[in-house]
Amino acid sequence: MIMLSVILIITGVFFFFTATFGLLRFPDFYSRLQATGKGDTLGSLLVLAGLALYNLSNGISLASVLVSVKLLLIAVFIFIANPTATHALTRAGQDAGVEPWTKEDKTR
Amino acid sequence: MENFFLITSLILGFLVIFSLYRGVFGPTVLDRIVSVGVIGTKTTVILALLGFIYGRIDMFVDICLAYALLNFITTLAAAKFFRVRKSIVPGSKFLNDKGTDL
Amino acid sequence: MKYIATFLILFVNWLIWSGMFDSFHMSLGVISCAIVTFMSHDLFFASGQFHFRYITEFIRFVLYIPWLLYQIILSNIHVAYLVLHPKMPIEPSIITFKTTLKKDMSLVAFANSITLTPGTITMDIQDGKYFVIHCISRKVADDLLSGEMERKIARIFGEE
Repeated sequence: MIMLSVILIITGVFFFFTATFGLLRFPDFYSRLQATGKGDTLGSLLVLAGLALYNLSNGISLASVLVSVKLLLIAVFIFIANPTATHALTRAGQDAGVEPWTKEDKTR
Repeated sequence: MENFFLITSLILGFLVIFSLYRGVFGPTVLDRIVSVGVIGTKTTVILALLGFIYGRIDMFVDICLAYALLNFITTLAAAKFFRVRKSIVPGSKFLNDKGTDL
Repeated sequence: MKYIATFLILFVNWLIWSGMFDSFHMSLGVISCAIVTFMSHDLFFASGQFHFRYITEFIRFVLYIPWLLYQIILSNIHVAYLVLHPKMPIEPSIITFKTTLKKDMSLVAFANSITLTPGTITMDIQDGKYFVIHCISRKVADDLLSGEMERKIARIFGEE
């Protein structure tokens, strides 16, 4: 069980890593949102699920089950909230008139 | 196991510093908002890890929830605010487009 | 009916988050949940009435989540490949397509699923019919246009 949670946490950190790298490397605002809004969501889900599993491995009682459920609920909340925030940000960008980067005007 | 959590949260802390680059040098205000949101998500996870390091996860999990809620509301409010204040975003079509209202 | 449903949802959340089961905290929870239910009873069930159909829809939605997770992981790996590739072979484009979904709930679920699968963001829904979507590469756009996710959403909310 501890092994599984360690694997989950390491995978989550890997997705966090790619999200941050995408934030630094991608050329425009919309593609940065692509990398971060979702790499972060999946990463936090994996890390929090790993932590919930680790918490259960110490011995199952009412308190520890409650803490694990709370951790999973935070992950679910992030899963609902992050796409909404991403959507609001794209709407803001669209209304402000930020032009999306396309492959053709690479020369600019 | 505490060492593993410590190393994980250190890595996440370095990632926060990298994301801060976008927050400081980001070309538009929206890039900075994205960076703030990303840092907030990472902080939520770091708080959960800290709870395991200190052995007080039952307390830290509530702080985590509060942080996640605040982070979500911050991003939404900032997006809404800068949607109205168009001229703040450089490279916008504010000056040569049809009008001022949405 | 919708008062009772809202109250039950709120009270289950209260029990989970407070974690104390003595009578004092439970009665506090009952009082505050009742106040919140009274003030915002029309938020959860916007159409006004509670139908038992919502429960089956909820169960089918929960059954849809594993498939969604699988898709999210697959396409997250794709985006990770794009990020770590030294030449960064992305070709962002904006596509518009028409959807057959009609209900508000299914539109919301579809838009959020599109945003969650990496490589695509819903930018706008025009007149409840046309989705404007920002794609990061050709492959994810083709995946989306095959329409599998749309069919699954339609089956959940009973719109064949």
